[in-house]
Amino acid sequence: MELLLIILIGILYATGIYMMLRRSMVKLLIGLILLGNGANMLIFLLGGITKGKPPIIGEGEKILSGLYADPIPQSLILTAIVISFGLQSFAIVLLKRVYVLIQTDDLNDLNTPDTDI
Amino acid sequence: MTDNYIILPIIAHLAIAVLLIFFWRKVQIQRYISVLGSLLVLGLSIGLFIKTWHAGYLTMQAGNWQAPFGITFVSDVFSSTMVLLAGIAGLAVCIFSTVGISRHRIQYGYFPIFHFLLLGLNGAFLTGDIFNLYVWFEVIIISSFVLMTLGGKKPQIEGGIKYVTLNLLASVMFLTAVAILYGLTGSLNMADLSLKMAEIDNRGLVNVTGLLFFLGFGIKSAVFPLYFWLPSSYHTPPSAIAAIFGGLLTKVGVYALLRVFTLIFIPDEFTSTVLMAVATLTLLTGAFGAVIKRNMRMMFSYLIVCHIGYLIGGLGMYTPLALAGVIFYLIHDIIVKTNLFLVSGIIYKIRGTMNMDKLGGLYADYPKLSFLMAIVFFSLVGIPPLSGFWPKIYLFREGLATPHAWYLVVAMIIASFVTLYVIAKMWADVFWKDKPAEEANVEDDFAPMKRYHRALLVVPVIMLAIISLYVGFCAEHIATLSQRIAADLKDTAPYIKAVLGREIVKP
Repeated sequence: MELLLIILIGILYATGIYMMLRRSMVKLLIGLILLGNGANMLIFLLGGITKGKPPIIGEGEKILSGLYADPIPQSLILTAIVISFGLQSFAIVLLKRVYVLIQTDDLNDLNTPDTDI
Repeated sequence: MTDNYIILPIIAHLAIAVLLIFFWRKVQIQRYISVLGSLLVLGLSIGLFIKTWHAGYLTMQAGNWQAPFGITFVSDVFSSTMVLLAGIAGLAVCIFSTVGISRHRIQYGYFPIFHFLLLGLNGAFLTGDIFNLYVWFEVIIISSFVLMTLGGKKPQIEGGIKYVTLNLLASVMFLTAVAILYGLTGSLNMADLSLKMAEIDNRGLVNVTGLLFFLGFGIKSAVFPLYFWLPSSYHTPPSAIAAIFGGLLTKVGVYALLRVFTLIFIPDEFTSTVLMAVATLTLLTGAFGAVIKRNMRMMFSYLIVCHIGYLIGGLGMYTPLALAGVIFYLIHDIIVKTNLFLVSGIIYKIRGTMNMDKLGGLYADYPKLSFLMAIVFFSLVGIPPLSGFWPKIYLFREGLATPHAWYLVVAMIIASFVTLYVIAKMWADVFWKDKPAEEANVEDDFAPMKRYHRALLVVPVIMLAIISLYVGFCAEHIATLSQRIAADLKDTAPYIKAVLGREIVKP
């Protein structure tokens, strides 16, 4: 399980950065999404994976006993997902706006030479 | 000492922002609420500073969950100073924006977003939890994205793309570093991390995590190989927005670097060398970038990059006096950089351009205003006894005393001279040179404004200039403050004790 996740995270980071280095803005966005997912998986992995032991206090008990899964990484990931969701929707609207204004998907055409505003 | 007062500067901004949303599209009411709100927060920040100065450390455990399990808010002298500076800069920019920001932009929610930005800044300064810091950073960047692109002009959108991409990348780097940190220690509380990191045997992994943090915060604070987004985006939004960005946003990156590298990762020889080398290159590239730019605001953007080098270099030396120099420079820099962009806004209002080839004759037309602006420029350059001069003494002295730091000192001296040269050239071009003949019939938007409106633009500049003069002429007060903060940063035991609430035996 761990090995699988490690490979998956590696692939997510690598493809994310590769996509960001392309010149297309849509690919840039996809790259950012992949990177964000990679980071979330990394938190999940590094929080330690415990199979089949939910952190739920059993009936008649007062505290958690024995080995149980750490609930913190999940709350961290949840927070990170919500944040990245907001940021990505902003980025999508921004890209759409750029496309309407400049009529191109190519990042190289973004540099209007040093004009005044 | 536990004290719920800490949260007030954060809550106040939230309340103001929410209140402003209720007055959507009512421009005049929004202006009043925003200025009054900023005044209120400044008052609260002063209160927090005074409380913290007397108590040393104030803490608040959110939801009464004991540290290290819950989210802790900590106010030490460093945090409360930063909150105070954010309050001052916030008020100045807020007053400036009542006239400087067009009705159109205010109708689309400029003021609420502005307060959300300051909310994020105050939160980032006061939190004692590394994941909570990440969340505050996100609050800051999403508000800054909106401010950056508000109005939707073509250059703004183009600058926005670069700004958004690099900041999102920085967040992912920061999150990756937090993940590894959590994997290593199982904790997120910075005080607890400080204890647990010291016990980890795998120093290689610790260093890698430290450098990931440096990468994440380095993008935000615009250090050498990661700064390209800054000069290509900061000149695009209106001056009031550029002022709050230039004054505070890069500095929050520096604040986070100072926190993380004094509390969690104590720089060893390798990290110190990396920091100093990066600082050297930042100083040189920023300075030379400023020389070739003819657009005033782009030139100022490069000067922001250049002067970040002093801060990073001081952190690299890591002696108490060098850290005191860094803090002093930080205080000076926030005030002056904010003011610099406000000044550029007034010049833009007068002449309608930022291109130095087309500017000129400002001294002949506005002698008093030019004198005021001269104070700002001279403070920036650091002509004794103005504010930029004193921290450099600390930094030069420590640079000479630290072995193998000669290259940093050379870079600092070059950067100082280049800053002087750039500002002198700009002064000659913009203020002394005659107005170019082809620009003779360009309309002046500043003079026909109502007297009261002109005052609203000039008063914040005067206010910040007076604070700059205070920092320069009463340097002893600021030096006492910076030395106390530097001592706190070096000796973290009281901080850890205040957060965890028990005596700490450091291994």
